[in-house]
Amino acid sequence: MNPVITRKPFSMSDQAKSVADSSPSAPTPAPQPGSASPASMPSAKAEVAFDIQDLSIFYGKTQAIKNVHLQIPAMSVTAIIGPSGCGKSTALRALNRMHELTPGARHTGKILMKGEDLYGPHVDATVVRRRVGMVFQKSNPFPTLSISENVLVGLRLNGVRDKAFLNQRLEESLRMSALWDEVKDSLNRPGTSLSGGQQQRLCIARALAVRPEILLMDEPCSALDPIATAKVEELIHALKSQYTVVIVTHNMQQAARVSENTAFFYMGSLIEFGPTEQIFMNPKNPQTEAYVSGRFG
Amino acid sequence: MSVLAVFCALLVVLPLILVFFYLLKMGFSSLNLNFFTKVPTAAGENGGGMANAIVGTLELMGLALIMGVPLGLLGGIFLSEHGSERTNGWIRFGADVLNGVPSIVWGMACYTLVVVPMGGYSAFAGGLALSFIMVPLVLRTTEEVLVLVPHAYREAGLALGIPHWKITVNIVLRTAFKGIVTGVLLGLGRVAGETAPILFTALGSTSWNHSLKEPIAALPIQIYYYAISPFEDQNRQAWAGALVLIVIVFLLSTSVRMISNRRKRA
Repeated sequence: MNPVITRKPFSMSDQAKSVADSSPSAPTPAPQPGSASPASMPSAKAEVAFDIQDLSIFYGKTQAIKNVHLQIPAMSVTAIIGPSGCGKSTALRALNRMHELTPGARHTGKILMKGEDLYGPHVDATVVRRRVGMVFQKSNPFPTLSISENVLVGLRLNGVRDKAFLNQRLEESLRMSALWDEVKDSLNRPGTSLSGGQQQRLCIARALAVRPEILLMDEPCSALDPIATAKVEELIHALKSQYTVVIVTHNMQQAARVSENTAFFYMGSLIEFGPTEQIFMNPKNPQTEAYVSGRFG
Repeated sequence: MSVLAVFCALLVVLPLILVFFYLLKMGFSSLNLNFFTKVPTAAGENGGGMANAIVGTLELMGLALIMGVPLGLLGGIFLSEHGSERTNGWIRFGADVLNGVPSIVWGMACYTLVVVPMGGYSAFAGGLALSFIMVPLVLRTTEEVLVLVPHAYREAGLALGIPHWKITVNIVLRTAFKGIVTGVLLGLGRVAGETAPILFTALGSTSWNHSLKEPIAALPIQIYYYAISPFEDQNRQAWAGALVLIVIVFLLSTSVRMISNRRKRA
């Protein structure tokens, strides 16, 4: 009934393999004028998770994203930085079609994932979101569900019934989000009984439980204290061996700490994209330099 | 200023207390086992009770619940989860107008639409009239509590690739469950005491009801007939009936409070 669920897709090895198999076949378009220059492209041989081609997004008459070309490498962490209102959250939400929930949103251009357009005529947004998970700025565990129910809700509501499988997935996901040891004795307590940082890691476990191929994070630490932030950052480090992570952050130190590549957005345009070190130490664009050195934004 | 406020607050509560204690004084002495187990006797004879009317009122409330709640609930879900601003404005306006329609109008509407075509007064028609009164109430309270469920929960669900309707049923409704139950119980409390709509539809009866197609007794109607009766014993039973009715409504309100005060389940 449900293609994504029935193809027994959620084992790590399967998933890693499928990403490895299909990514090289993704067409690599010729660099377009106006996009980041080829020279600033990160390690050219890296697999591509998302190939964004000439993407523009409008909310009503306002254009939030302007003709963006960007290739997000797989199995690494890509940070999106920029001042408030620059379109970085919209760009992130476009990657799993969450921006469509805003009334009046429309887009032009393409986002290819393994060669397939996320916005293709026969592509179901629900399926896209199962493949591309998301963690939000404010932790939002479901208040009526226990810790274990929160983690498993994505599987259960998509029809997975196998108890042994669910239990195994529960433990795996909580271990991956480094929460297992803290909650293993209180799995039946409400998800909202945890501390703020634990709640955010619970949300990460919930997103990981459906074994997405890519994890999007929208300022996941902006509501957390420094200790909880450090834990989530550690977690991001651990995840990138298995996942492509795209993270929007306001905090440039955080971008520098967690990411391999960084994209700088300003006024809806992608100004510069490249290895994080280069963006912070030796940016090519004067606007980027002004932003990372703290002169505006 | 605060003295004035306290005085006004007491002034508001005072009639409730006076009415309740007066009912207690007049009605309590007439409450006995017969009242709860017997049906009314022939006019002029002493004894008998309102057992059929008590059960009838509960039956009518049940019918109103079965017929009114699904429609109101689904309408509320539509307003909160689907529907555009434009259509929602009209539906809300419509619901508010329906909410303000005098209950006797519902009675007459059901008389014309159900009683006449079906060829007689019936419990079904009574339940339907009461459900019409409940629908706009349930619809608006459902919408109000669903809107209070933070959008972040819907987003979190959608981002997991859960279909919209499953999020509505399993997450949004579940989060707002207490509020919805409160709305339904308040609606039931409102229709429990309605007299006019069932006078035209359920008619009232002095015996047990055996079918939805037959007239059915209800406390408000029985109270009405007994209160204007020339027989003293029936007058006394009317007081007792009013007391029972108020206790039913009071129990409903209390359960509303208990539900809304109950802590989140552990």
